[in-house]
Amino acid sequence: MSERMFIEGNVAIAWGATMAGCQAFFGYPITPQNEITEWFAREFPRMGRVFVQTQSELGSINMLYGAAATGVRAMTSSSSPGWSLMQETVSDLMNAELPCVIVDVQRGGPGGGPIRHAQQDYFQCTRGGGHGDYRNIVLTPASSQECCDLTQLAFHLADKYRNPVLVMSDAIVGRLRETVEVAAIDFGPVPAKDWAVAGKARHGDGKRRVVDHCGDLFARYPSYQALLQSLDKRIKRMQEAEVRYEDYQTEDAKTILVAYGYTARVSKEAVNTARAEGIKAGLIRLITAWPFPYEVIGQKARQGSKFLVVEDSLGQLLEDVRVAVPSSADVGLVSILDRHMPSDGGMILPDKVLAKIKEMQ
Amino acid sequence: MSEKTEVATRERVTGRPRLLIKQKAGFVYCPGCHHPLVARAVAEVLEELKVDDKAIGVFDIGCNSFLVGLLDIDGVLTPHGRPPDMATAVKHIYPDNVVFTIQGDGGLLSIGADPLMGALSRAEKITLIMLNNAVYGTTGGQMAPTSLAGQITTTTPEGRDVSKTGFPIHAAEMIATFKGTAYSARGAVNNPYNYERTREYLKAAFQKQMSNVGLSFVEVICDCPSNWHLSPADSLKWIEEKMIPEFPLGEFKNVDKIE
Repeated sequence: MSERMFIEGNVAIAWGATMAGCQAFFGYPITPQNEITEWFAREFPRMGRVFVQTQSELGSINMLYGAAATGVRAMTSSSSPGWSLMQETVSDLMNAELPCVIVDVQRGGPGGGPIRHAQQDYFQCTRGGGHGDYRNIVLTPASSQECCDLTQLAFHLADKYRNPVLVMSDAIVGRLRETVEVAAIDFGPVPAKDWAVAGKARHGDGKRRVVDHCGDLFARYPSYQALLQSLDKRIKRMQEAEVRYEDYQTEDAKTILVAYGYTARVSKEAVNTARAEGIKAGLIRLITAWPFPYEVIGQKARQGSKFLVVEDSLGQLLEDVRVAVPSSADVGLVSILDRHMPSDGGMILPDKVLAKIKEMQ
Repeated sequence: MSEKTEVATRERVTGRPRLLIKQKAGFVYCPGCHHPLVARAVAEVLEELKVDDKAIGVFDIGCNSFLVGLLDIDGVLTPHGRPPDMATAVKHIYPDNVVFTIQGDGGLLSIGADPLMGALSRAEKITLIMLNNAVYGTTGGQMAPTSLAGQITTTTPEGRDVSKTGFPIHAAEMIATFKGTAYSARGAVNNPYNYERTREYLKAAFQKQMSNVGLSFVEVICDCPSNWHLSPADSLKWIEEKMIPEFPLGEFKNVDKIE
């Protein structure tokens, strides 16, 4: 099916999951992502799919673990504090190699913070808030359409790598209403889930399946080292194949902006205005925050481009850009301190970004 | 009668449950531990109810996690305290399967209080099994939520002072108070009579799930000779003299319909 809808990013995420064949959703109320949980509560029972309002985000992530262990496509969604609460089991999902999708609609922090927009979970999403060595693909939508499409891609990549995938949105992208073409996207085949639990009667060979989060304890791997080697191999495969970004007018750009989510939209407008005024600006918009496009940024830096990071935090994405460029390269920052007003309603607006671009010329 | 003869007698009378995986060298449980007996009881009951190929067990962190290696059924191992959440999801996806959890007292009542309350409040149609040995076994015998008043553990070296650390939790009685609970009982496996009763409790609990009545719960008093610092024989005595007086055996709720 394909249908045009005028919907919020949060609702588009729910539609994307539905198009991808998600069978189970688990959620606990938290602003600014309640539209997602409420959508599933309303629509999934009608479709004969599973919805559970959980007792906490611990419940959400652990039910997701249970659902993923049965091999069905399943998802949970939360916002920053709830995402923090989930971290132990996120680490367990990585060890247990359970494909699933988690959505973090970022709000402000640290701590309780404001319930409005921010982009302060970059480290936590890309570096793993949980313990141990792991990495997971992080997709970052910047429009309602992308909320729908990247959520579908998230399910595909989770199955492809047998690894959880995170959709890192923010309150503005989540609450922004736009026209979306809701259609199922075919990303091609994924490996069969012959490891999933279902009761022995459902297995062709009649043999038991065990899903565990220890790796070597129950002979999934012959040793701890073998488990780590497998993780390492998977991380490298994802780094090689899954870097995604939008290259916007960087060809001849002297100043290249790097941003994701709502600040990428703001940045694009600033680039357009700068171009109209004859300033050669461009934008690299992250679609995957992990794996990160180190290569293209490094290459542009070596060709002499300056970089301006635009993010609604004190500077987290900034560190990845600094890793990508030579240490002598010029990297500027438009941060949460550059919002248009000091209350939590303050936003990074295009004029501020434009001023910074001009400053860097 | 030696322990060896007892086992031989039981096998001659009832046979060996098919579901009980024969252990090779390196059996993980300490001498005298009751955990394997609970595995046997669960195996016998699942076979008797003819649901062994529909059963999915969810195992916690702790000594109970090794039971996944004893029971030849589909299994899920979880982070500490979380089995009721995983079991909830599995049951919603496969409502016709028999889904149960096995946890220790610390896993269910302390770190796992959040999933337990969630499952109870939603009246999930799953079966929860809790092995109560009044200590944290795997980590070396620290105070548990079920440790007895005065009990010496590694974190209560002078004995549990209830004025400072609170009182043992009575899980079977507490869970029975929830409207969505169909069945709640406490058994023990310290002698053949109690073992048989526990088997009946487990059977009743699984039957409640199979008839879709509500949540079912069985607590089983177990020993922990290693951390009680008692011989297996003295541990049996300690169960009779200390554990059972604090944690009385029996059914605390048994209903066929919840309205």
